[in-house]
Amino acid sequence: MTTNMAMSAALQSLRLQDAEILRDIELALPAACWMAVVGPNGAGKSTLLRALAGLLPARARIDLLGRELQRWEPRARARALAWLGQNEASADELSAYEVVMLGRLPHQAWLAPPSAQDHEAVARAMHRTQCWDWRERPLARLSGGERQRVLLARALAVEAQVLLMDEPLAHLDPPHQADWLQIVRELARQGVAVLSVLHELNMALQADQLAVMQGGRLRHLGPPGTPACHQALQAAFEQRLHLVQLDGHWLALPFDPAPRPPAEGGAQILPLRGSQRATR
Amino acid sequence: MNATKPLHLLLGLLLLSCALSLLGVAVGSTGFSLEMLQGGDAVQQQILWQIRFPRSAGAWAAGALLGLAGAVAQGLFRNPLADPYLLGASAGAGLGVAVLLVLLGLSPATAAWSMKLGLTGAAFLGAVAAVLLTLTLARGVQQTMRLLLAGVIVGVVLGSATALLTIMTPDIMRPMQAFMLGTTGFLSWASVWILLPVLLGCLLVALGASRALDALTLGEATARSLGVRLPLVRLSLIATLALATGAAVAQAGLIAFVGLVAPHLVRSRTHSTHGWLLLLSALTGGALLLAADIAARWLIAPQELPVGVVTSMLGGAYLLLLMHRGKVGELK
Repeated sequence: MTTNMAMSAALQSLRLQDAEILRDIELALPAACWMAVVGPNGAGKSTLLRALAGLLPARARIDLLGRELQRWEPRARARALAWLGQNEASADELSAYEVVMLGRLPHQAWLAPPSAQDHEAVARAMHRTQCWDWRERPLARLSGGERQRVLLARALAVEAQVLLMDEPLAHLDPPHQADWLQIVRELARQGVAVLSVLHELNMALQADQLAVMQGGRLRHLGPPGTPACHQALQAAFEQRLHLVQLDGHWLALPFDPAPRPPAEGGAQILPLRGSQRATR
Repeated sequence: MNATKPLHLLLGLLLLSCALSLLGVAVGSTGFSLEMLQGGDAVQQQILWQIRFPRSAGAWAAGALLGLAGAVAQGLFRNPLADPYLLGASAGAGLGVAVLLVLLGLSPATAAWSMKLGLTGAAFLGAVAAVLLTLTLARGVQQTMRLLLAGVIVGVVLGSATALLTIMTPDIMRPMQAFMLGTTGFLSWASVWILLPVLLGCLLVALGASRALDALTLGEATARSLGVRLPLVRLSLIATLALATGAAVAQAGLIAFVGLVAPHLVRSRTHSTHGWLLLLSALTGGALLLAADIAARWLIAPQELPVGVVTSMLGGAYLLLLMHRGKVGELK
């Protein structure tokens, strides 16, 4: 265990309702690093994230900032490790601001009103995810993407050293996905360790480290641009990925190895020429 | 962020409660009269101070307890249809009263023992015993669904036992009916001195856990990740729920609808955190039951309507009106 490790886990087994969901996983998340976890449906990605957050009991040794996770006092742990779950919002009654302020809960003394620092942290987080303008609107009146930005701000408002996110890009449109990428990189630059489960492979391929999971096991962990990583991705996704490089970034496209021939007489998609685009 | 709006509602509800209290002491079996408030003879003074004041204060406090318990239940179980009787408290209180009434008529010895316990004691013991039974069946407070299911089972089984006792002993049918419909007619200063401290204690515990309830709206996993000690929060809130419901039911019988409707009425007026919601639900419940008590005394004076029937009619009609206007859209 080196000192710059934000988190490390040696997980032997995690069982849910008599089924073994995870086994034999060794993972180390350095500080100032963004690690993405990918894998097919049912690979155990979200379960792993929950186990790392201490939300599920597992036969494991998990260390957070050099101390065993179970030894942390809950509020101190909540200040060090922030969690953004999947589909967590049902807080329709609360305003966006009040939801983000919940992120400051571990910093507040029991019954004490939010401090000036709490309000500053909430404002910072809401500006970062661009949801400040509708801070007074109840969550019920926000769209899926707007809601997700509020929830992301809630996780950012904790200002923790380790940030775990499960499907943070759900409902976000491409510009806000790009914003998210910028936020995550900035956090990593500031020394925060970010671990995110992602379904968007193209985003995950831009992470510092990529963890590929399959069948409850960690198949590969390393930088995303290596042949070993690509091999693990192909194995996990049934050899049905087309990995290509564009402007120095790796892209993973769904690839059907046996495409159907186009139906006879069916419509053909022709490339649009510049002149066609202009006249429309 | 909505701080001013809930504050306005708070002031409005306090004013409404004061106005209803004045009205409550002016209305009796002789109809509406303000003369008693300005003086009157010794008998009138006694009616005023020993009957109408404690009855109005007791009705307000019982309603406030039910409103608070309703908001706690809906927040804790994250279900807008949850009510204070969810964990079997009403069925337990009903059975407690039925058993006591049967014992009263059984033999002089059991009657003497029953008199000592009293109807309120039996109802309270029954309510608390039922909640404890629910907690035992649910193996603690960890699993919300298990708790809800255990509450339903306890409610059905104890309700059946009460029905069986009532059928076997037809003499108890009338007093049982009065209890089941709820009545504020027996509220005395003694009731008020029980209800008010219980209300204060329950309100303090609930407000202490209000931020945890806010965090729970984001799901249990998120609440835990924010450092909320869920077992402690659940235990203290369930104790609050049981105590508030048990105390209210013991003093005023099974008042329907107040606990369910009070939080919805608050939500229809303002979006707020649980801190405000709990406080405002208690005040709304108090005002609602006090208004129902006044209506029960006034509408067919010198006779009285069962207050539980009035709460159902008042609360139900108002909720329907709000739904018609589209202000209560969150009954999901």
